[in-house]
Amino acid sequence: MKRLESIKDLERLRETIVAKNNTYEKTLSICGETGCRVYGSESLRQAFEREIQEKGLTDKIKLVFSGCHGFCEQGPIVTIEPDGIFYGKISEKDVASIVSETLINGKIIDSLLYEDPDTGEKIPYEKDIPFYKTQKKVVFNNHDLIDPTKFEDYMNFDGYQAICKVFSGMSPDQVITEIKESGLRGRGGGGFPTWQKWNSCRKAKGGTKYIICNCDEGDPGAFMDRSILEGNPHLVLEGMLIGAFAIGSKEGYVYVRHEYPLAWENAGLAIEQARELGLLGENILGTGFDFDIEVARGGGAFVCGESTALVASLEGGAGEPRDKQHLHTVDSGLWNKPTNLNNVETWANVPIIINNSAAWYSQIGTPLSKGTKIFSLVGKIRNTGLVEVPMGTTLREIVYDIGGGIPDGFEVKAVQTGGPSGGCIPNRLLDLPVDFDELTKVGSMMGSGGMIVMDEKTCMVDVARYFVKFLKEESCGKCLPCREGLKRMDEILTDIIEDQGTMGEIELLEELAFVMKEASLCGLGKTAPNSVLSTLEYFRDEYVAHVEQKKCPAGVCTALITYSINPEVCTGCGACLRDCPYDAIEGEKRKPHHIVTELCKKCGTCMDVCKFGAVEIT
Amino acid sequence: MFVTTEVSTYLAEIDGFQMKIDEGTTILDAAHQCGIHIPTMCYLEGLSPYGGCRICSVEVSTDGGKTFRVAASCSYEIHRPIIVKTDTPRIRRIRKMLAELLVASAPNVKLAQDIAARFGINQVRFKMEDNRCLLCGLCVRICDEHMGGKALGFVGRGPEKKVSAPFAIRSELCLNCGGCDSICPGKMIPCQGVKEPGELCGKCLRLEEMPFCCPMGTFGCFCENNPLDQ
Amino acid sequence: MEFSMVDSIIDKHRCKSWALISILQDIQEQDGYLSQYVLRRVADKMKIPITRIYGVATFYKTLNLVPQGRHNITVCSGTACHVRGSNRLLKEIMSFLDVEPEGTTEDGEFTLNVVNCLGACAIGPVIVIDGKYHGKMSASKTKNLLIKCRS
Repeated sequence: MKRLESIKDLERLRETIVAKNNTYEKTLSICGETGCRVYGSESLRQAFEREIQEKGLTDKIKLVFSGCHGFCEQGPIVTIEPDGIFYGKISEKDVASIVSETLINGKIIDSLLYEDPDTGEKIPYEKDIPFYKTQKKVVFNNHDLIDPTKFEDYMNFDGYQAICKVFSGMSPDQVITEIKESGLRGRGGGGFPTWQKWNSCRKAKGGTKYIICNCDEGDPGAFMDRSILEGNPHLVLEGMLIGAFAIGSKEGYVYVRHEYPLAWENAGLAIEQARELGLLGENILGTGFDFDIEVARGGGAFVCGESTALVASLEGGAGEPRDKQHLHTVDSGLWNKPTNLNNVETWANVPIIINNSAAWYSQIGTPLSKGTKIFSLVGKIRNTGLVEVPMGTTLREIVYDIGGGIPDGFEVKAVQTGGPSGGCIPNRLLDLPVDFDELTKVGSMMGSGGMIVMDEKTCMVDVARYFVKFLKEESCGKCLPCREGLKRMDEILTDIIEDQGTMGEIELLEELAFVMKEASLCGLGKTAPNSVLSTLEYFRDEYVAHVEQKKCPAGVCTALITYSINPEVCTGCGACLRDCPYDAIEGEKRKPHHIVTELCKKCGTCMDVCKFGAVEIT
Repeated sequence: MFVTTEVSTYLAEIDGFQMKIDEGTTILDAAHQCGIHIPTMCYLEGLSPYGGCRICSVEVSTDGGKTFRVAASCSYEIHRPIIVKTDTPRIRRIRKMLAELLVASAPNVKLAQDIAARFGINQVRFKMEDNRCLLCGLCVRICDEHMGGKALGFVGRGPEKKVSAPFAIRSELCLNCGGCDSICPGKMIPCQGVKEPGELCGKCLRLEEMPFCCPMGTFGCFCENNPLDQ
Repeated sequence: MEFSMVDSIIDKHRCKSWALISILQDIQEQDGYLSQYVLRRVADKMKIPITRIYGVATFYKTLNLVPQGRHNITVCSGTACHVRGSNRLLKEIMSFLDVEPEGTTEDGEFTLNVVNCLGACAIGPVIVIDGKYHGKMSASKTKNLLIKCRS
């Protein structure tokens, strides 16, 4: 690739790329995101390549192995543009017919279409599918048409146009003003006004400044950042370039957690491409501006999502947060120099704002929360995947209109948002709009965007204990309230779950929560009690049932439940008897079976295999 | 030629006392300057503050008293005018729970018992353990900052966090100075008290007893059982 | 493991102290774990006190200081997978293989790890066996895979 020496060079290159792209008749996009790859989308791509080549269509059909299409439940996904056709759950045996029927003959294959589970209707076009209908793709715009390993695809869709606009006469202050007017707030969970952070860092004393992209997405259940960095790394790099210019930084780091190998590989590849083109390095596009980026890998520690712990880890040490309440990272961060740290999604929004204008961006969302937010909708929900909606969309719309509701006829019990630092929102509050401030008012937070749907079969005490146990293992261990507090909270919750709880222990949990919130050194400890506090607030009756009646209303806590077979429903097919790993089921053929309670380890296998719903939990 | 550097000073009000404090002074030091005592555990004058125990927590306001938040006074440096309160019901509630957590973890460490007694704890609502290390980090800091040894460090994380020499054997970086041993609050032999009238327990005389962190507990020590000596 | 291999990995990262975690991870790729000798070599070459290297190696979950089994099984225990029953799955694997998390089976075949979210939540419960992801797993499906691995 030839190094670009000026903005004109870049524009000429873009013209060539767009012209080449326009020679294709159709684009076939295969989702190459980690989730779809598990289902074999890589071999699917190879199969399509072969088929398209054999049919002599390589000049007519553009094949894109893209980032996440969003509707993970339907993976592997294949879409065809410009028609907008959506095919889900594709396998290799469908390749030949897709190529011959749809690509060549323009016919839609019914059997591969998405089927509405309630009406049975087959929906051929993505824009009409309920999952996609009410979404607004801003960050994920064109995501399915960009191959993350090909910078040309990014260029084809206004890539690196924003930085050219910035270099063509904007001053750093003007860039910061534009970001201010857009209303962009940090997407990592804090919601801090981005322009303010940039401005403070710009004004901080010292010549050397660093910028960091935080891709340590540790919230279990969240994978938005992974998808953005994996699927469109150049968007993030361009955002960092613009930020570096505004702040006056020459060095940037992308910190990616180790568990995201495709994300750090694609980020690294994009950086190499940008360097070759001269979009990173010295004298970028002949403007005299120098800036370069390195990828740093995490080591497997959730605490490294906290900015001072991330900085400690990035410096090559253990991820221990710093107790510097009087000194912010923007004044003293990486190697004690002013450092501006932003989340992946925040950086991704920057080029979009510059390209489309702050005025355009600020029309999306609510007065205090502008723009869109990407959520990972997972758990007990029909349509799992990533959704991008304007801020202010209600939880109900996300869970039901987009998410399709709960499978198996159950009801939403709660939606957990904000990861381990967040809380549970009960069913009766589903009409709350999702933005930075509304959820915080009810004891949760929007957080980085993880949204875990729970149904009646989820025990809220078990959920609280799950988060406490998670944080206990992830705590850095430096400060007493977090280290000891989480340990004791785990002990108490385990007692409650295992039939040993007392009412006094619930009060003790609340006292521990107060002290941890006040006295912990960092955000992990301070927000650790949130899961306990929010479940106590909305589901106190479950705690009381565990402690006073020694019962688990949701039927989850094994010490408090019993598995039994309903003799009126059981057909005596013997499936459970055969599969029980503990030989705890007895019965003769075609006669009702029963479970020997003393041998039953409550693994749930019988419930899983019974086709008649005869296994009950009390 | 004498060169003087200008140090800014800020108005600090601590428990009602107002004074001008040099920029960069910690709240703990500033409080000492006006005779106010703030309890600590992991702090030792002369070593860098660690901020691990949070017992020195105080309420701090940087907006003229409108809002107060909790901070550890040993590591909070003054860079603007502040108002500090060192002994409020909120702070007492925090210190009591921290003391209860500490003594539940290490009831056989005299310092933990002392701190609990000072804050009026007479019962512990948690399952008692028997850790001999308070994870105060004084040994790590004295080795690193005063002796130039760097032979001890924190290992692991969360509840599994420990102090250890690399690979749990005394390393070649160890200077055998005994600094860690002398500074460790966990080493103090607990006073068991006299059980029978007239009984002499003799424990305080058993000074040759090994530090409780040994053997194989937290880090290698200076007794003949250490493999490095063989 | 040859010291020359350790040295070349350090050189590949230009001996930058901030790249320590990546360096240790790359070295670990060779033998599956970081031995005492390898860590001491890193300390010598990078001129970082061994105490600090040891502190970093014991802080991060992805760094192993003990030899691993021939096969690595990682169970995702992220919230989405938990809600779909990954805890039950983990218990079943633990009893089937008779091993604790982070431990290796007696015959040295399997090492069991638990990770807090792999980001593949839509296909949970997720298990990774020797780097290969498997989604929507159940106890019986997992047992069959493990039996296949053994043979």
